[in-house]
Amino acid sequence: MSINEIQDEIIEEFALFGDWMERYEYIIDLGKSLPLIGEQYKDEEHLIKGCQSQVWLHAEKDNGRVKFTADSDAIITKGIIALLIRVLSNQSPDDVAKAELYFIDRIGLKEHLSPTRSNGLVSMVKQMKLYGLALQAN
Amino acid sequence: MEATTPTTVSKLNIEQIRRDFPLLSRDMNGKPIVFLDSAASSQKPNSVIEAISHYYRFQHANVHRGVYQLSQEATTAFEVARDKVRDFIHAPSSPEIIFVRGVTEGINLVASCFGRKFLKEGDEVLITAMEHHSNIVPWQLICEEKGAHLRVAPINEAGELILEEFEKMLSDKVRIVATTHVSNTLGTINPIREMVAMAHAKGIPVLVDGAQATPHMAIDVQALDVDFYTFSGHKVFGPTGIGVLFGKEKWLNAMPPYHGGGEMIKTVTFEKTTYAELPHKFEAGTPDIAGVIGLGAALDYIQEIGLDAITQYENTLLAYAIKRLKEVPGIRFIGAAKNKASVVSFLVDNIHPYDLGTILDKLGIAVRTGHHCTQPLMDHFCIPGTVRASFAFYNTVEDIDRLVDGVKKAVAMLG
Ligand SMILES: Cc1ncc(COP(=O)(O)O)c(C=O)c1O
Repeated sequence: MSINEIQDEIIEEFALFGDWMERYEYIIDLGKSLPLIGEQYKDEEHLIKGCQSQVWLHAEKDNGRVKFTADSDAIITKGIIALLIRVLSNQSPDDVAKAELYFIDRIGLKEHLSPTRSNGLVSMVKQMKLYGLALQAN
Repeated sequence: MEATTPTTVSKLNIEQIRRDFPLLSRDMNGKPIVFLDSAASSQKPNSVIEAISHYYRFQHANVHRGVYQLSQEATTAFEVARDKVRDFIHAPSSPEIIFVRGVTEGINLVASCFGRKFLKEGDEVLITAMEHHSNIVPWQLICEEKGAHLRVAPINEAGELILEEFEKMLSDKVRIVATTHVSNTLGTINPIREMVAMAHAKGIPVLVDGAQATPHMAIDVQALDVDFYTFSGHKVFGPTGIGVLFGKEKWLNAMPPYHGGGEMIKTVTFEKTTYAELPHKFEAGTPDIAGVIGLGAALDYIQEIGLDAITQYENTLLAYAIKRLKEVPGIRFIGAAKNKASVVSFLVDNIHPYDLGTILDKLGIAVRTGHHCTQPLMDHFCIPGTVRASFAFYNTVEDIDRLVDGVKKAVAMLG
């Protein structure tokens, strides 16, 4: 599936939730369930420091596609990371670099990607796109 | 402390007080707001908002300059506010009251001006382990410049200063002590009078960061005998962007000016400038006149309620909050000082503060999460941050009940 197809799919899924509690319960479940990154990558080099929560991000190229793994010390942040990975992982570097992420806004989680929130997610999205650019070359 | 229900023992009319603060009747995320972040910045009563508006509508002109009536009136209003500040902290005289932007600027001023004059290579500046970054970084900057060293007096597990260690660290290399009065993260009230006596016994002056003390208790800089005391207007129900530095005249006179410019000079030639008298020597440029007048109105408001009544009411709120929060399984309080202002920092099991704060926000409850600009203190406790609820006199038992219900709900979702 393309990046936008996945985004639309997530938007449809979230449309089924009645209120913010259900949305957050789902995000929290995502945050709890996924093993998101190898322990060897949870180091200073892969760390994106937010004031509130921290994010670790690793990317590699596999069969011409970017594979992202990531983690956070906060569960809600981690749940949103799981969604970002679902959208951007296993795509071509070119598509990652050019991606327009509109789903976060549409599923009512915009505030988590606000620069003032300082949870590491804004920098993480930037970093993911930079990886896309960097991995185009080789 | 007996956790009686606060409204039954309070002399304050909380309902009336809450009506004075228009913001407290708004919603957040579709629910009536529970504002428990006054330690970051407090809300403003109508009298402050109106004083600022009145000033701009009817009184505005630059101060200390015009011969015309309007400028004289503005100057009078400005200087009357300075007198109110003097009374608020019981300073000996108004020229010892310097208007600054807030505690951050107050400390930077002293670090820079005192440091330039009195610090030299090998000297020491002594702070405590519970300081806000504002009382760490300005000292690091001047220490680096001068080749001096920053020393940190340790705290115990309850988050209290270890007074004997502090006293031992007052060596003959220490040129100044800089300490917070009340910890913004732990609520600990430091024994300023004892600390000052110990430092003065060695001839060392003391600067006190009063950011978190001034909203909660009566301050008497003469009784405390502090050399410098600084606080922020926005934490005492006044405007943002204005604050106060009190300094004993002998120190302020001995220090070089901070900023150069208009207002702070006596005579200027290209060869040599002589500086104005206190307080103007430290107030270069056009000041935040509206901010000063708003601050004066805020201090009037507090004085009218009475700081002793405020302290008493908040103590009962604090005891009630701790008692109720203890109902939450797995809760751990960070900071258990015997002498504590109305700040509660806590964690629940290994739930991240960001997660807890996010759910509370959705429930209309405003708390602070994170390291509260006290990273070294968080490192001391080996935690990434805390959830902090802080109370002002406009908070109620119902606010605390909603906080406790909110925390329980969040824990059920996150746990
Ligand atoms: C203990 C303490 N010191 C200093 C400051 C800084 O105050 P301001 O940002 O008003 O300069 C704060 C504010 O959070 C504080 O709590």
